[in-house]
Amino acid sequence: MSHIPHRLEVKNISIGYGEKVIMRDLSFQIPHGARVAVVGPNGAGKSTLFKALVGLLPLKSGHIFIHGEELGSHQDCVAYVPQREEVDWRFPVTVSDVVMMGRYGQIGWLKRPSARDKQIVQNSLEQMGIADLASQPIGQLSGGQQQRAFLARSLAQEPHILLMDEPFTGVDVTTQEASLRLLDHLQKREVTTLVSTHDLNLAASRFDLVLLLNHRLIAYGTPGDVFAKENLAQAFGNSLLVMENGVMLVDECCPPD
Amino acid sequence: MSLLLEPLAYQFMQRGLIASVIVGVLCAIMGTYVVLRGMAFLGDAMAHAILPGVAIAYILRGDLLVGAGVAAVVVALSIGFFSREGTVKEDTAIGILFAAALSLGVALISTMQTYAVDLSHILFGDVLGVNKTDLWLIAGLSLAILLTVALLFKPFLVISFDPVLAATLRLPAELLRNLMLVLLALTVVVSLQTVGVSLAAAMLVTPAATAYLLTRRLLPMMLVSALIGALSSIVGLYLSYYFNIVSGSAIVLTATLFFLLGFLWKRLKSI
Repeated sequence: MSHIPHRLEVKNISIGYGEKVIMRDLSFQIPHGARVAVVGPNGAGKSTLFKALVGLLPLKSGHIFIHGEELGSHQDCVAYVPQREEVDWRFPVTVSDVVMMGRYGQIGWLKRPSARDKQIVQNSLEQMGIADLASQPIGQLSGGQQQRAFLARSLAQEPHILLMDEPFTGVDVTTQEASLRLLDHLQKREVTTLVSTHDLNLAASRFDLVLLLNHRLIAYGTPGDVFAKENLAQAFGNSLLVMENGVMLVDECCPPD
Repeated sequence: MSLLLEPLAYQFMQRGLIASVIVGVLCAIMGTYVVLRGMAFLGDAMAHAILPGVAIAYILRGDLLVGAGVAAVVVALSIGFFSREGTVKEDTAIGILFAAALSLGVALISTMQTYAVDLSHILFGDVLGVNKTDLWLIAGLSLAILLTVALLFKPFLVISFDPVLAATLRLPAELLRNLMLVLLALTVVVSLQTVGVSLAAAMLVTPAATAYLLTRRLLPMMLVSALIGALSSIVGLYLSYYFNIVSGSAIVLTATLFFLLGFLWKRLKSI
């Protein structure tokens, strides 16, 4: 690849469904290889932003540049790990089928997978600790294992930018640890990662940058700068609790919608 | 042995058998998408929606298959058009177009004097009336549809299993979805002659649903489904010959029997 400035640049974008605008006039830049936590209350537009970044949702206005070129001029350099509810788990595919799908962009639509593709799939499965489940139907795995299968797929995709939607919600400790290890591994390979999460402490401790959203940009920068009380109050309102020892909790037992 | 060979002495039985096996295999393979994408309602709707095309062709004394084909493609693309970007939910769009097309078909038919024979063949199939031209048409169209499915196996897999991955891979999902609808429409048209529009939906769903119970990957599911479709057609046609029942019904009932066996097997296995 000859694209030198590995970076993601979002310029004044507005996105939404039909008439409804979910995200208004959002701008930010991410340097290559950064780990970015995307934080905000339920319905703040985190998933919507991700859908726009993969090109699933057309922009109402503004531009997205990847490596300085407009979104859509690259073949599959963005990978996406979907939320659990977005996948049809009853579909007849095995774990290795799912991971091999990550290679489709490189294989081409008419060719068979090469030995190298198979090796990459095998390595990705091993790295996520699910190589022994390769021939199991995806629907028969536990929730955490299913998520690791999708993480393995995004690894096999060899993306420049990886988007993960709520990978730490409702999964076991092993999967959470595997996800975090993957983030560190990808950083070494200069892959930019955007991860949406509710876990503010995780965002503060394991990420380089934090993007705080609530239908618009509230704050963007290092965790120390972003997690100032006034920013959090703006984003979360009353549902934020800051304990005396500095631990931050977001009370979202009952999402408004 | 003679029991099996006797019907084949008649040329119309030979042609009927070939036609039903082709259609059985075709419906079974397209049916895997119908079952996996939850389009059973669409298959049924599509089958009925081609009625106005058939009626218009009949009035104009044109080829009924051509009329059916045009109507099917128009309905398929209209469903894609109305449900684009979620303006109207897909099943709602199907419900509206299905009812409208069926009503138009019935309205057109009610203006005719003598329609009984040919149209009952359209509704329930007339596998023994397949002539040489029909057979070539069925074989040619089926081959074209199956070839398209083979070439687009991976894109169809991705848009069915994970639309978001399809978007990140920059697949033209909208185009592929419409193409799949058109292929489905053509499948229904091809099955007109053997099982008729009323039973085509069953041939789309039943063998594929049976194969879903028995397999765990897409390609094996397609192959098992095709095998069940072919077997149902052969067994059904013999039953229709010896017990003198309508061939379309016999084929569908055989396929249903296979489904019940598959269901039973799955249940016993999970105990």
